[in-house]
Amino acid sequence: MKYAFWPGCSVPRQGTPELRITAAAVCAKLGIELEDLSLAPCTGSGILQAKDLIYADTLNASTFAMAEEMGLPLMTICSTCQGVFSQARKRMKEKPDYLARINQNLAEQGMEYSGSVEVNHLLWILVEDYGLDAMRDAVVRPLKGLRVAPFYGCYLVRPSAALGFDEHPERKTSLESLIEALGAEVVEFRGKTLCCGYPLVGVNDENSAAMVGTHTLEAEEKGADCMVTPCPLCHMNLDGVQPQAGEQRGTRIRMPVLHMTQLIGLALGIDPPDLGFDRHTVSVKGVLDKLKL
Amino acid sequence: MEVKLRVSRFDPESGDGVRYQSYALEVPDYATVLEALLKIREEVDESLALRCSCLSAICGSCAMRINNQARLACKTKVKALAGDGDEIVVEPVSNMSVIKDLVADMDSFWQKVRAVDPWLQPKGPPPEREYLVAHEVMRPLADVAGCIMCGACVSDCTVLETELGLGKPSEQTFLGPAALAKGYRFVADPRDAADASRLLALSNAEGIWDCTRCNICMEVCPKGVAPMEQILALRRKAIEQGYDQVLGARHTLEFEKTVRETSWI
Repeated sequence: MKYAFWPGCSVPRQGTPELRITAAAVCAKLGIELEDLSLAPCTGSGILQAKDLIYADTLNASTFAMAEEMGLPLMTICSTCQGVFSQARKRMKEKPDYLARINQNLAEQGMEYSGSVEVNHLLWILVEDYGLDAMRDAVVRPLKGLRVAPFYGCYLVRPSAALGFDEHPERKTSLESLIEALGAEVVEFRGKTLCCGYPLVGVNDENSAAMVGTHTLEAEEKGADCMVTPCPLCHMNLDGVQPQAGEQRGTRIRMPVLHMTQLIGLALGIDPPDLGFDRHTVSVKGVLDKLKL
Repeated sequence: MEVKLRVSRFDPESGDGVRYQSYALEVPDYATVLEALLKIREEVDESLALRCSCLSAICGSCAMRINNQARLACKTKVKALAGDGDEIVVEPVSNMSVIKDLVADMDSFWQKVRAVDPWLQPKGPPPEREYLVAHEVMRPLADVAGCIMCGACVSDCTVLETELGLGKPSEQTFLGPAALAKGYRFVADPRDAADASRLLALSNAEGIWDCTRCNICMEVCPKGVAPMEQILALRRKAIEQGYDQVLGARHTLEFEKTVRETSWI
């Protein structure tokens, strides 16, 4: 298994470098080969799409063309990147005229996109391509007794028409399936597919923090030891803004939020000091204690 | 087929809170959730309160939360959600107060629609005959003009849920997807001359920049209105109009500039 690896903007340059490191470590353990797409531009994160769709789609088509040039399917590790890519891919796939227009822009850079790149989140790759049985076999440290609340990130669940759910219905519950394959217990909660509030950071911080408070407190109330997310933007908000979210409600919230790759890393036997937990705002000590690590 | 409906019940006169009541009934394979509810009301429990009228996804009366998502009960087939004997959970729309059982108080919804001045404001005296508008100019408005005001998008809006959860009175919360989509319908109408004042009003607090782009309204709208797309279109128009100093607009412009200059954020 080999992929053109799209690390995403928040990952290497700011925010959550631990995600890129742990994604690479987990893939190495599982024998998934990655070739970096380090020259590829930002996906536009939905913000650029709302401002100038043609420009944003041209950027993403150039990333798709780079993957095609490498002869590899694309792999993302961010719900937002994945959703934005999926939507761009759908627009270009459904309308050949539109693809031709985008290709005119790409021609200026000497590039061309065929219209049919495969682009999948690591979560989907593990569930669909690697397989849950193989995943279970790879686990050396089952996360027995750990209660995990899944948090997808909007773009990995909506708009569903762009995300291949008809063809791959297992995607709708992929995060729960993965948690169970790692030996942990899924905590069902309402916030699972709702918004973390990240897009409102700097625009309406009050509402953004309130979303964090709602989801983390609900996870706590349902008895979760931690939350897990396949989206670094959700991680930045749910983890990083937790102190403000607690303050807003006159309480202290202590809900560890793990990147999906960190949870996998624990189950694959990677040493906790190598999983970048020191970069978190909320301590994950409770999680490690529960696993006797 | 047999279906079990678990229905949210609330009677303000009883003094009790919300409770759930389960009904098991036999319905044809082609039955909608609305038909099942009407069968309950007619044959099992006449005290069940719900709103409906056209039974064909035109009037917008029967929006309710069905299996945790706002949908029109008349457009939702039982069989699409449940196998034989499975349970379907039916609750009133959210983000609005409940009058009784499945009947919500739509006052706050209409208040917000009214707040965007949902009528045409042309310039100058009206023409002698009708306004003539080119088909290709009006065609892009067909989707947004197709809104039936059912409230599904408002029910499931994550921003409204958050603000109401903070205890804000509903008139001080986000205008919401339905009202903002309605606002776009007039801003984009070539006959309307009030674009500047509309865009200014919608750029302010509780308006277009408070949307968190979660896509829920896109998912739950039963008529393809795509409210979030209309909100994003309003953002572009507001920036073009020069209303670019509010935080949301500055964030978008800064983001675009950074990506254009460096390919990155």
